[in-house]
Amino acid sequence: MSRLSDSRAKAVRRDSAGSGDPRRPDDYVDSATPPPSGPDDTITQPRLGPIGWLRWFWRQLTSMRTALFLLLLLAVAAIPGSLVPQRTSDPNGVAQYKVDNPDLFPVLDGLQVFDTYSSVWFSSIYLLLFVSLIGCVLPRTRHHLQALRSAPPRTPARLARMAGFTTRTLDGRPADDATVAHAVESARAMLRKGGYRVVTFPESVSAERGYLRETGNLVFHSALVGILVTVGIGGGFGYSGQRVIVEGQSFVNTLSAYDSFNPGRFVDENRLAQYRVKLDELSVTYEEENQNAIGQPTDYTASVTTDGGAAGVASETAVKVNEPLRIAGTDIYLLGNGYAPTITVRDPAGEVVFTDSVPFLPQDPNLTSLGVIKVPDGLAQQVGMVGFFYPTQETSEHEEGDFSSFPDLRNPVLSLNVFVGDLGLDQGVPRSVYELNTDDLTQLSGRNTDTPGIRLAPGETQELPDGLGTVSLDDVPRFASFDIHHDPTQGWVLLFAVCVLAGLLTSLFIPRRRVWMKAVRDADGGLRLEYAGLARGDDPMLESAVKDFADRHRTALAEADDASAPSSERI
Amino acid sequence: MDTATLDAASLLFLLGATGAYAMSFVSFALDLARRSADATTADASARASRVLAGSSAAGATAQRRAGVATLERSGGDGSGGGTVDRPRSPISLRVGLALAVLGFALHLVATILRGIAAARVPWANMYEFSMTGTLVIMGVFLGVLVVRDLKFLGTFVTGLVIILLGIATVGFRVDVVPLPPALQSYWLVIHVFVAILATAFFALGFALSLVQLLQYRREAAAVAGLDPRAGRLSFLRSLPGSEQLENLAYRLNIIGFILWTFTLMAGAIWAERAWGRYWGWDTKEVWTFIIWVIYAGYIHARATRGWRGSRSAWLAIIGFSAVLFNFGVVNVFFKGLHAYSGL
Ligand code: HEM
Repeated sequence: MSRLSDSRAKAVRRDSAGSGDPRRPDDYVDSATPPPSGPDDTITQPRLGPIGWLRWFWRQLTSMRTALFLLLLLAVAAIPGSLVPQRTSDPNGVAQYKVDNPDLFPVLDGLQVFDTYSSVWFSSIYLLLFVSLIGCVLPRTRHHLQALRSAPPRTPARLARMAGFTTRTLDGRPADDATVAHAVESARAMLRKGGYRVVTFPESVSAERGYLRETGNLVFHSALVGILVTVGIGGGFGYSGQRVIVEGQSFVNTLSAYDSFNPGRFVDENRLAQYRVKLDELSVTYEEENQNAIGQPTDYTASVTTDGGAAGVASETAVKVNEPLRIAGTDIYLLGNGYAPTITVRDPAGEVVFTDSVPFLPQDPNLTSLGVIKVPDGLAQQVGMVGFFYPTQETSEHEEGDFSSFPDLRNPVLSLNVFVGDLGLDQGVPRSVYELNTDDLTQLSGRNTDTPGIRLAPGETQELPDGLGTVSLDDVPRFASFDIHHDPTQGWVLLFAVCVLAGLLTSLFIPRRRVWMKAVRDADGGLRLEYAGLARGDDPMLESAVKDFADRHRTALAEADDASAPSSERI
Repeated sequence: MDTATLDAASLLFLLGATGAYAMSFVSFALDLARRSADATTADASARASRVLAGSSAAGATAQRRAGVATLERSGGDGSGGGTVDRPRSPISLRVGLALAVLGFALHLVATILRGIAAARVPWANMYEFSMTGTLVIMGVFLGVLVVRDLKFLGTFVTGLVIILLGIATVGFRVDVVPLPPALQSYWLVIHVFVAILATAFFALGFALSLVQLLQYRREAAAVAGLDPRAGRLSFLRSLPGSEQLENLAYRLNIIGFILWTFTLMAGAIWAERAWGRYWGWDTKEVWTFIIWVIYAGYIHARATRGWRGSRSAWLAIIGFSAVLFNFGVVNVFFKGLHAYSGL
C-alpha cells in the first residue's frame, strides 16, 4: 500500500467512524498520520466548574498517555526492589545490608525500599494504573456490547479511497437489476460464510468481522483487574508456615506445631485443616561418578505417612522437590534438609537428663552443620553446647582444622564445645533454638581453652568436663524442612491468567476489518464490481483478503453464469 | 561415547559454527557496503527527480510527495528489500545466507550433542542457555526469511550471535553436571524454552526498530530537502521505509510479547510447584515483570498519539536491552532463588 493512499484511507475512516467503532480514549491513534489539528486536551478550556474539572481530570486519567506513563513508571519503580534485598523474600539479606551500610540503611528504609512491592509509592502507581484501566475498560465494554448488536455501517460513497480497492467486470452480462441483485446476494453469502456480519443494500454489501478482537482486548484488561483483586483479597484467606521434621517424627497441622506461621488476615488460626504427617525417611542421592559434580545432590525423596485429610485413613506417599504433597486443601513442599544428631546427656549417676534429635543447620554444600544443645535442668550447672557436625570428616593440613568432604554419612563426627552458666531461658525472652548466647557463659572445653573439645562418632559416649556427666551421640537421622501453604484463591488467579493469555491472543491476532462490495453501472452499460476494505487496528493481511474475496466472488459469479447459461434471465 | 567426549565434540562443532557465522557476518557486511555504493550511484537520478518536483507548480506538497515516492520506490513491497533497485540477489548476500545456514547446522549439531552428553535438555545453565538461545535466534531469523526478506538484518543477527557465543564459551562455559533437584521438572523444558523463543523474536524486533530509527532520520532529512547522502549510512536507501520497518518490528515484538507472557505465567506455575508460592518478587521474577511491562508500554505507545513511530521504537529497544540485562547481569550478579547460572 502506498503511503499516500494509506493516509487518505485513514482520513476517510475518521470521518466515517460509525457506531460500530470500538470506543477509544481521546488520544488513541492507529495510524502514523498525525491527526488533523483540532482542540487538544492539553489546551485549557475556559471556565471549568467543579464538575468540569472532575471530568477533565477523569479524561486525563483514562487517557492512553496516562496509561502509558503509568506503565513505564511501574517498570521503573520495580527496579529498586531488585537491587536491595527485600524483607519478605530475604530478611537476612536486609539485616546484613544494615550492617554493611549503616548510613544508607535508615534513608532507604525510610523510603520503604526494603519493602518495595508493598511500599506506598509502588502501590499508588499500580492502583492508579488500575483505576485508569477500569475507567478505560468500562465505557469500552458498554460500547462494545452495543456494537455487538448493531449492523455494520453503510457502504461508503466512494470505495476508491479505501484500502485494497480493486474492481472486477462482468463481461457479457446486462447491467440490469437481476444481475446486480444476484451479485449482491452471492457476495452476502460468501462473506457470511467467511464469518462476516453482513448488511445488504440494493447495490452493495457492507460487512464487518473480528468483533472478537475487541472482546479479547476487553477480556485481557478485565482479567488483569481480576488477578489484582484476587491477589489482594485472596492474601487474607491463606496461610503459610514452616516446620522442621526429623525422620521418625510427626507433624500435626495445628498452630503450635509450626516453627513459624504467617496467617492471612481472615484465617482462623484455631481451625486449620486437620491432618498429621509422619516423616518416615528422607533419602538423598548424591552424585558419585561425574568428577565435576561429586557430592552434588541429584534427588531428595521424603517418604511420609499421612493421616487425616479427606479420606481419614493413613496412607504412604512421597514428597519431592517440585512435587508437593496436596492434602486437605494445603500443599506441603520439601524445601530443605540436614542432619539432626540424636544426643543424650546423662548426669554423673547415669540418669538421662536430655535426649533429642537436634537439627543442625547446614553451612556448606558438604553439609558441615552447626547446632546448639541446651541442657537447662538436671546437671550441677546449666549446660550449653555448640557443635559442628561433619558427615564425612577430614582434617586439613592447614590451620582450619576439621571439614566435611562429602555430604553423605561416610565418616560422621560431631565436635562439641561446652559452656556453663545462665542459659537465659528463664527470663521469658524468646531464644532461637539455633543460637547460643555465650556472653554470660563460661567455656569449659574446646577451642581457646585448655581442655580439648568433645568429639563423638555415632555410638560413642564421652565425659563432660568438670565431672558434669556424659554426652553420647546415638544416631544421626536426617531432618526435612517443609513449607506448608494454604491458598484458596490460586485457582482463580490461574483462571484469570488463562483469560489474560487467551484475550491477548485473540486481540493481537484476530484482524478486525470491514469489507465492501459495490455494483456500479458504467455509462457504457457494463457492470463493474468494486471491492475495498478497511483495517481496524493492525491488519497486515487486509489487502490480500480483499483481493482474494474479489477473485472468489468473480469466479463464483462466472460459474453461476455457465451453469445458467441458457436462461440468463434467472433471478 | 562418554559425557566428556560428547561434550568436547559439541564444543568443536560450536567453534565451527562460530567460524561460519563470522564469515557470514563479513559477507552480509560486504552486502551493506555494496548497498551504500548502489545508493550513491542511484543518487544522481534521485536528485534530478527532486529538482523537477521542486520546480513544479504544486510547490512544497509536491516536493514532499516526490520525496515519499522515491522512498516508496526504493522501499519495494516489503518482500523485496529493495528489489527494484537491485533486481538480483547479489552474490555477497547469497554467500552470507549460505554460510549462516551452514553455521546454523553446525550449531544445531553442537547443541544436540551437548544435550546427549548431559542426557537432558541443553538449557540448564548460562552456557547452555546461551548456546540454545543463539541457536533459536538464528533459527527464528532463518525461519522469518522464508516469509519476509529481512536478509538486510544478517549483519546484525550474525554479529549478535557471534558476540553471545563468544561470551558464552569464554565466560560461561561449564562442564556437564547433573541437574539439581530444583530444576528436575518439565517446566524447565517449557518455561525456559519459551523464554528463549521470546528472546529470539525480541532480538529481531529490536534490530528492526534500530533500523527504523536510522531510516526515519534519513527520511526526515530527505523531506526537509537535505542531501540524503549526508548520513553515512546510505545503504538505508535500499531498505524498506521506516513505517514498514515499524510494522514488521511490531509484528515480531507482539509474538515475542505473547511468548513472554506465557513465560511469565509458566514461571509462576513452576514457582508454585517448587517453592510453594507463585509470585515472590524474587530478583528474576522482578526483571521478567519489568520486561513484560516495558513491552506492554511499547504496544500501548503504538496506539498513543505522539508515541507511534520513533518513540515506541525506543521502547522496543529499551525492552530488549532489559532482556539482555536480565540474562547477562541479573543471572550472574544478582542474588536470588534463581541460582542456576552454573558459575
Ligand atoms: C495494567 C495495565 C495495562 C496493561 C498491562 C496493558 C496491556 C495491554 C496490552 C498487552 C495490549 C495489547 C493487547 C490487546 O490489545 O489486548 C493493550 C492494548 C490496549 N490497551 Fe492496555 N494495558 C493496561 C492498561 C490500559 C489502560 C489504563 C488503558 C486505557 C487508557 C488501556 C487501553 C488499551 C487500548 C485502547 C488498547 C488497544 C491498543 C490497540 O488497539 O492497539 N490499557 N494493553
